[in-house]
Amino acid sequence: MFGAGGGTTSYREVEETDVIFLWGANARENHPIFFHHVLKALHRGAKLFAVDPRRTASAQWADDWLGLHVGTDIALAHAMARVIIHAGLANEEFIRRATTGYEEYRQEVEQFPLDVAERITGVPAEVIERAALTYARAGRAVICWTLGITEHHNGTDNVFALINLSLLTGHMGRYGSGLSPLRGQNNVQGGGDMGAIPNRLVGFQDWTTDADVRQRFERAWNTTLKPEYGKNLSEMFEAMEHGEIRAVYAIGENPARSEADQGRAERLIRGLDHLVVQDIFLTRTAELATVVLPASASWCEAEGTVTNSERRVQRVRKALDPPFDARDDMWIIAEIAQRLGYDWGHPTAEELWNELRTLAPMFAGMSYERLEKEGGLQWPCYDENHPGELFLHSRLWAEPRGGPPAPFMAVKHEMPVEMPDDEYPFQLTTGRRLDSYNTGVQSSGYTSPLRRGESVDMSPEDVARLGFADGERVRISSRRGSVTAPVRIDHSLRPGLVFMTFHFQDDVRTNLLTIDATDPKSGTAEFKACAVRIDPVEATVTASIA
Amino acid sequence: MDLHLLDAEPIAEERDAIDQLLGSEAGGWTGGERTATDHHSAAGGHAARDQRHLLLPALRALQLRVGWISEGGLNYICERLTIPPADAYGVATFYALLSTTPRPPRVVHVCDDIACRTRGADRLCDELEKNVGKSGWLRSPCLGLCEQAPAAFLTEAGPEPVELLFGGATAASVARVLAGDHAPAKLPHLPLPQAGSLDLGLLRRIGIVDPSSFEDYRAHDGYKSLAKAAHLGPEGVRKEVTDARLAGRGGAAFPTGRKWDAVAQQAETERYIIANADESEPGTFKDRVVMEGDPFSVIEAMTIAGYATGAEKGYIYLRGEYPLARERLQHAIEEARSNGMLGESVHGLGVKFDIELRVGAGAYICGEETAIFNSIEGYRGEPRNKPPFPVEAGLFGKPTVVNNVETLINVLEILRVGGAKYAETGSGVSTGPRLFCLSGSVQRPGVYEVAHGTSLRDLIALAGGVAGGRELRAVLLGGAAGGFIRPEEIDMPLTFEATRAAGSTLGSGVVMLFDDQVDLVDILRRIAAFFRDESCGQCVPCRVGTVRQEEALHRILAGKPKGGMATERALLEEIGLAMKDASICGLGQTAYGAVESAIKRLGLFEQAAAS
Repeated sequence: MFGAGGGTTSYREVEETDVIFLWGANARENHPIFFHHVLKALHRGAKLFAVDPRRTASAQWADDWLGLHVGTDIALAHAMARVIIHAGLANEEFIRRATTGYEEYRQEVEQFPLDVAERITGVPAEVIERAALTYARAGRAVICWTLGITEHHNGTDNVFALINLSLLTGHMGRYGSGLSPLRGQNNVQGGGDMGAIPNRLVGFQDWTTDADVRQRFERAWNTTLKPEYGKNLSEMFEAMEHGEIRAVYAIGENPARSEADQGRAERLIRGLDHLVVQDIFLTRTAELATVVLPASASWCEAEGTVTNSERRVQRVRKALDPPFDARDDMWIIAEIAQRLGYDWGHPTAEELWNELRTLAPMFAGMSYERLEKEGGLQWPCYDENHPGELFLHSRLWAEPRGGPPAPFMAVKHEMPVEMPDDEYPFQLTTGRRLDSYNTGVQSSGYTSPLRRGESVDMSPEDVARLGFADGERVRISSRRGSVTAPVRIDHSLRPGLVFMTFHFQDDVRTNLLTIDATDPKSGTAEFKACAVRIDPVEATVTASIA
Repeated sequence: MDLHLLDAEPIAEERDAIDQLLGSEAGGWTGGERTATDHHSAAGGHAARDQRHLLLPALRALQLRVGWISEGGLNYICERLTIPPADAYGVATFYALLSTTPRPPRVVHVCDDIACRTRGADRLCDELEKNVGKSGWLRSPCLGLCEQAPAAFLTEAGPEPVELLFGGATAASVARVLAGDHAPAKLPHLPLPQAGSLDLGLLRRIGIVDPSSFEDYRAHDGYKSLAKAAHLGPEGVRKEVTDARLAGRGGAAFPTGRKWDAVAQQAETERYIIANADESEPGTFKDRVVMEGDPFSVIEAMTIAGYATGAEKGYIYLRGEYPLARERLQHAIEEARSNGMLGESVHGLGVKFDIELRVGAGAYICGEETAIFNSIEGYRGEPRNKPPFPVEAGLFGKPTVVNNVETLINVLEILRVGGAKYAETGSGVSTGPRLFCLSGSVQRPGVYEVAHGTSLRDLIALAGGVAGGRELRAVLLGGAAGGFIRPEEIDMPLTFEATRAAGSTLGSGVVMLFDDQVDLVDILRRIAAFFRDESCGQCVPCRVGTVRQEEALHRILAGKPKGGMATERALLEEIGLAMKDASICGLGQTAYGAVESAIKRLGLFEQAAAS
């Protein structure tokens, strides 16, 4: 945020903060290591608010659960902002010196008095008020979020709505106060750091707007960079649809199972002229590939670094040779370059890293020697004497302020694209469980005593009303597809809301149901909300015969 | 706190018992009906977790209502208090008075511990097995009614549960009680042998004052010490206690003044006073006599302790087997409250102080000062590691004074006569009066108050000597955690220093006599079984050591030593040393004491080998 995609706070600060919001984040199940830091805070006396349509395992730890309707996060955040402003708790000094766009924002949130917010979100007014006042009055406060915020057609706006709250209260750029998007893997952050995103090079540098950046990279790489951004995943699929993209090189990604509206995704992948998949498993996507390149497991068969959610770059050391003919990813890429006419040789991980340090100032001070000696370093780290930054944006508090001001964004509340109706009366929201990981590529090979397979989780009220038995197989249908799964009664759900994971795609292809309504700013689809109907399996059969 | 609730549902009685304790307003997330509001909000977090301390009261409520802790009942408690059932089950199974398997509603716990054994408890149990069978009654460790041995404890579950502790139990009386006739269990407890004596300080009101009357307590000098305290101020009170050189009467003999000072000097202002009334050391019953006979004195003393240390809340942790003491203390607390002597502003002191009575459920270890914290907080009553010491981080992690009941009421005496005057009795740290529990083969069993330094011989004489004029074989001093001494050693003065010098201890004031007809081998086996049974199992030296000790004793006393007598003795010595050195708490550290003294002082093995 404000230029660099990373959490502003550290784990240690989360442990020592006073108020934690888990907003669209079920960290107890999906970020269990991070949740240990949260637990330390709770045992110290910190208050926890969980904002989630489901009363998840994380929400059970919370002092207040705000069980909002799916996709009403902006309305909730705006209502909180209005409470804070009306209580005279807006940090006016901070707003004046460090932000822009406050007046427009204030007018926007004025449209969300508590009664309106209660009607939109479902959350009782006094609970919204309590959450707002507790956040604003806290000495320190951190807002954490994950896919519950971003997997919406307006995910970026959702993020802005949370950033606004931190700017409004000055819970930003100070020890123990900030924003923390939780990363779902050891190195999601590292992917962004390394420029594996369409609109930034390593170190979140924009070559399209910054001539210095562009020249630096062009000189170092002896090439000319196109002055436009690449495509995000959703745009790539659109380009496939138009025939603009005809070949794909997929590294460690399983889009045939992870994309929303899976029927469409698989059709487009099958329609490619050429598909190269580089992976450590023969995924469903790999099965469709023209060429499969068996790669190494990056956590034990390769040298390099990873970056965690607190921006800490850590060394990874090779412990084993990859099995059979599997090869190191760097080796594979260099060999492909060779075949394409570029001789890069075979640089070591450290040589590549050192090149990167010369190109991305935020990593410049992170030698391998320091990373090993100091147990990792948190970016930015501009030179060998820089200790790295515990938290970001202290510049906003500096006198005079360092860098540009942080903008308020007067984002608009919008409901999900597809809402339940008479034909598809249930809202399906998807997510993950503790015992499995994403499409199951990495976790389905192992047993877990917790794993119970895929199911459609429903509120006890709905199960009773529809006359289903717990465990009965039912048909779940959306406008895009239909699957069957057993019903499971889940008290964390309210009537009208059902939940599925996408862990067991070989058994239940949940993403046949989800909607490909994509946030144009992030390219992320609205996995968190689509409309479905649920019927007994027998009735469906009878109907189709008739 | 991740809740994985059971499918089992509570029956109406179970739900009712818990609702009576916790209030009937069960929310949709805590066992009640879900409402529209519950679909969008739930309070929880710290507020929910802070209710954890209600777990033991809730478990007791269930036990008293239906006679056992069923899965459905446990699940309902867990929903109400948001505690994982697996965790709560661990707590329920920790306490002997709680059963997680069905028990009949009416159960008599028959004491077969050492004091009662000298009065035929083992014969009583044999007869019960023959006449009543195996159900309806259970063997119990010491019930704390040793002066009326053999003792028994009736628990009768129901809408109006009955708990009665009674003495002089016979097979016939137990059978009658089991048949539903409460009369034999309602015999009044024996009067104090010294009642009315003008020499008494600590016990002077007992048997004279009406224990249920606030006015009568006042009429007998009640709350005079508190008025003195108000005059002295908190520091002044602590100075008197320090000048008195009062040492703890629970067994450890820690200087009370130092404890109070340490708590008073903490930066943390949320502080607690705990009256340790979990009197469970076999042969100990002095605190019960005080609480039954003069409950207001405990309340007054705690209030003074709170005033002196800046604590606003006190807990009395009472063992579950003392129903009369519970009733009288509860009544006294309510009376004190309605008379302005507890509450927002204690009359005369102008400070806030209130007391809550917490009742245990059958666990010797809960008398250990840190195990009390865990028990009150709703966890298994396992002792904590020290440091941090209770004066820094005790109950709920806050600075806490834990004092034995007898220690506390000594404060009333100290303020009555003055600290310096108090210290004129006795010497060293053994100042002031001392309560002793005489039981076993003694002519007039009961609680006696004598000055520190009185010889054991004189004390025994005061109690009429050995019952029936028979020959004294041994004295158990200080309880199961104490040790045996020989008849020729009874000129020993009863002070902390003298007993320690003689390799013994005053412990909790137990003086149990054994005449020539008592089977000491049997007594020793019972002591070993007691420690094995009461070890909380948390630390290895004690958990394993108490079992190995009992096994070795059984082999030796059965005349089948493994590898010869010398090897067994060496083994016992080694086990004892490991327990003493490496156990977390006093239970393991003292579990070898009585055995050791029986071997070394009484020459028990030689006798066993000879017989």
